[in-house]
Amino acid sequence: MPTSAPTGTQPGTTYVSMGHLKPLKIKLELASAGGGGCGTTGGEGKASCGSSDGPQDMPADVWDKVKNHPCYSEEAHHHFARMHVAVAPACNIQCNYCNRKYDCSNESRPGVVSQKLTPEQAVRKVLTVASAIPQMTVLGIAGPGDALANPKKTFDTMRELTARAPDIKLCLSTNGLALPEMVDEICKHNIDHVTITINMVDPEIGAKIYPWIFWDHRRITGVEAATILHQQQMKGLEMLTARGVLTKINSVLIPGINDQHLMEVNREVKKRGAFLHNIMPLISEAEHGTVFGLTGQRGPSAQELKAVQDACMGGANLMRHCRQCRADAVGLLGEDRSDEFTLDKLDDMEEVVYDLEKRKAYQDKVELERAAQHAAKQQALAAATALDAAKDLKVLVAVATKGGGRVNEHFGHVTEFQVFEVSAAQAHFVGHRRVDQYCQGGAGDDEQLPSVVRAINDCHAVLVAKIGACPRDELMQAGVEPVDSYVGEFIEKAALDWFNDYRARVASGAVLHQSRGDAAIRQGAYTALAA
Amino acid sequence: MTHKINSDMCTSCDACEPVCPNVAIRVKSGIYTIDPKKCNDCESHFDDPQCVSICPVDDCITEV
Repeated sequence: MPTSAPTGTQPGTTYVSMGHLKPLKIKLELASAGGGGCGTTGGEGKASCGSSDGPQDMPADVWDKVKNHPCYSEEAHHHFARMHVAVAPACNIQCNYCNRKYDCSNESRPGVVSQKLTPEQAVRKVLTVASAIPQMTVLGIAGPGDALANPKKTFDTMRELTARAPDIKLCLSTNGLALPEMVDEICKHNIDHVTITINMVDPEIGAKIYPWIFWDHRRITGVEAATILHQQQMKGLEMLTARGVLTKINSVLIPGINDQHLMEVNREVKKRGAFLHNIMPLISEAEHGTVFGLTGQRGPSAQELKAVQDACMGGANLMRHCRQCRADAVGLLGEDRSDEFTLDKLDDMEEVVYDLEKRKAYQDKVELERAAQHAAKQQALAAATALDAAKDLKVLVAVATKGGGRVNEHFGHVTEFQVFEVSAAQAHFVGHRRVDQYCQGGAGDDEQLPSVVRAINDCHAVLVAKIGACPRDELMQAGVEPVDSYVGEFIEKAALDWFNDYRARVASGAVLHQSRGDAAIRQGAYTALAA
Repeated sequence: MTHKINSDMCTSCDACEPVCPNVAIRVKSGIYTIDPKKCNDCESHFDDPQCVSICPVDDCITEV
């Protein structure tokens, strides 16, 4: 899908949040947990998540738009779920990282979908899912083609949902080519989040990414095509900003093509009011059948991705929690429950009663959890700051979680680790690492283990609810400390508490601190299904 | 001359149907076909056949 790149479910995407919040950026100290906000904090003032900010950082109406949106708020993504409906298969451009032909339920990356839906089917699916999963707060139309190249299907779906599920936030993804002419329509449907995939601001670079566009009834190629696309993207972004629609910019990091260039993309989109910037790794394998897959264009390593994300942190908030969902994903960002809601199964289910009250009750409960999570983090930060030992250390910690912001997953059941960077002053989310589940059908798969270790090889520790003896030894040998003493605790608190302990051990000479190497970003099809 | 869709290659992405000026493209059970009686290769409408120009699969739509 044009809009979201190839990325499938992979680790490490980054959202860079943009500076339009700047004028409002009064230091938010997480104070009222109540609202939370993504991460806040953000290390040196720059946040780790989408909107790294909390309620004090932005106007109330903006906060209201992002606080329960798992894609726009790093914190919300622990608690709220989103779904995509694949009503928009057509596209008006071709990207070298995209192949919409690919359809496999084991594959998880943007542009990939198992079932295309009519608007009527999509509405039924959304109402059913929202009734079964009260966490589901966001509905996106993101392909497998371009939402705005299929305007009728996209807006028919949106219109019906606004009427029948008024509490669900609507968003869409686009490559931007048709965006300027659609802005009025977008505003009419109460869509307050739009994602634009922008991989370049230099058409010479664009020509290496986009072989052609369909424009003004012609197929246009080369630099001319990229120039038109670029102009439309910038114009569309400016128009959305002027209307107060929050925008997220997705960029696919393609080593050797736009890696250095993404800093400039970041500056240009920030200047035009983009709210977040999400830098995602290219997903490229020959078996995907994309041009990049066939030419052997590689994706970035975890540290290459982080380096570009870090370089873009200067003024824009980076989103790092993007999962590069498939176009029909359902669930929390790290999971996909779309199998439970296929068309066949929907047909067998009774007509649902959409229960707003029940959904609100769940969402209120989440607010309390978020408040507790904030308080726990603040407490742990105070302890970390007070500790004198090894004050300058900064390390990465991998976490096994199944949601709720807590350390609560067995090592062997993890399909995705969350990675946090901790220092004496901060604990913030920096990305996630997708892995094939180590434990399948009750037993560990020893062939799988090295790939799991490689995925978190840049971390000093991994926090888990439980771990078997074999993987424990393997991790120790690789230099990653397995830690199962913080079961059920909030992630940031657990990470900081472990880190304080680690610093004390370093200071006492019990352990010798060594820096870690790079880690691998998983490329292949996602085949590990829960047993 | 008219055009036809090679159904083995078609991904049913639906890009072609809305751009046809002659409303010649039909969909039945997910299979896309071009009505040869209606297709005129977009002559008098555009320089290039619209379906061919937007189709993402090379050689999926060809002249007959």
